[in-house]
Amino acid sequence: MTLNEIKDILQAEVLTFKFDENMDIEMVCSTDLMSDVLAYSKPGVLLLTGLVDGAAVRTADIAHVKAIVFVRGKRPSKETIVLANEKNIPLLATKLSMFEACGRLYVNKLQTSIEAG
Amino acid sequence: METTEGVFFITGKDFANAGVASCELKSILEKIGVDRGIVRRTAISAFEAEMNVVIYTPAGMMRYKVTPDYIKIVVEDVGPGIENIDLAMTEGYSTATDEIRSLGFGSGMGLPNIKKNTDELKILSIPGIGTTLEMVINIKKE
Repeated sequence: MTLNEIKDILQAEVLTFKFDENMDIEMVCSTDLMSDVLAYSKPGVLLLTGLVDGAAVRTADIAHVKAIVFVRGKRPSKETIVLANEKNIPLLATKLSMFEACGRLYVNKLQTSIEAG
Repeated sequence: METTEGVFFITGKDFANAGVASCELKSILEKIGVDRGIVRRTAISAFEAEMNVVIYTPAGMMRYKVTPDYIKIVVEDVGPGIENIDLAMTEGYSTATDEIRSLGFGSGMGLPNIKKNTDELKILSIPGIGTTLEMVINIKKE
């Protein structure tokens, strides 16, 4: 699925000028715990999170996360958006809850990036 | 590939810049042309170690050395030290405050995750003095 399709499904707004609408996404990691992204997530995923500070973008950079969607209507600071543009990581924001955002992506055949323990 | 060395200084409790050193190291490894998977393992290990310095200590430093055979990262701090290293290596064990957890960290996965992503990990910690982590990630397969 492309990032542009995900944007439409989540009724999301694009926050960065770096936005590759054809970016291919197959797996999703949804968490507010950056420790979990580092410990469990596979590379090349979409991150859904409510954590909006720079640590989310740096964690994404380190863990090879392709793009981030902020849920629950949360908005990052300008500094965080600048950082994401520097790191070439697209940021999107949706008013949907984490639950609904995950549900919409799941029924559209996107897969989890975290294997069950 | 030539040997590359460098050092970053890390300021404790500076959450706005937490992870900057590790992101810079990742960028250096990518420019050198290190394998993408090894870059990720190295960056995750460095990032976890850097976050521990930021969260728990007043200051620290990260030294790195990249050779054709391996990457070595040494992270030293002047923090409170680790009382029980075996306990600290247990997944989920953490002494982080609620403030740290609200930032998405401190869930007790740091050291176990470093162990998982490195080929060698040595921890030297003296309570009241500080902690040194020595991490090695092999580039060439043995």
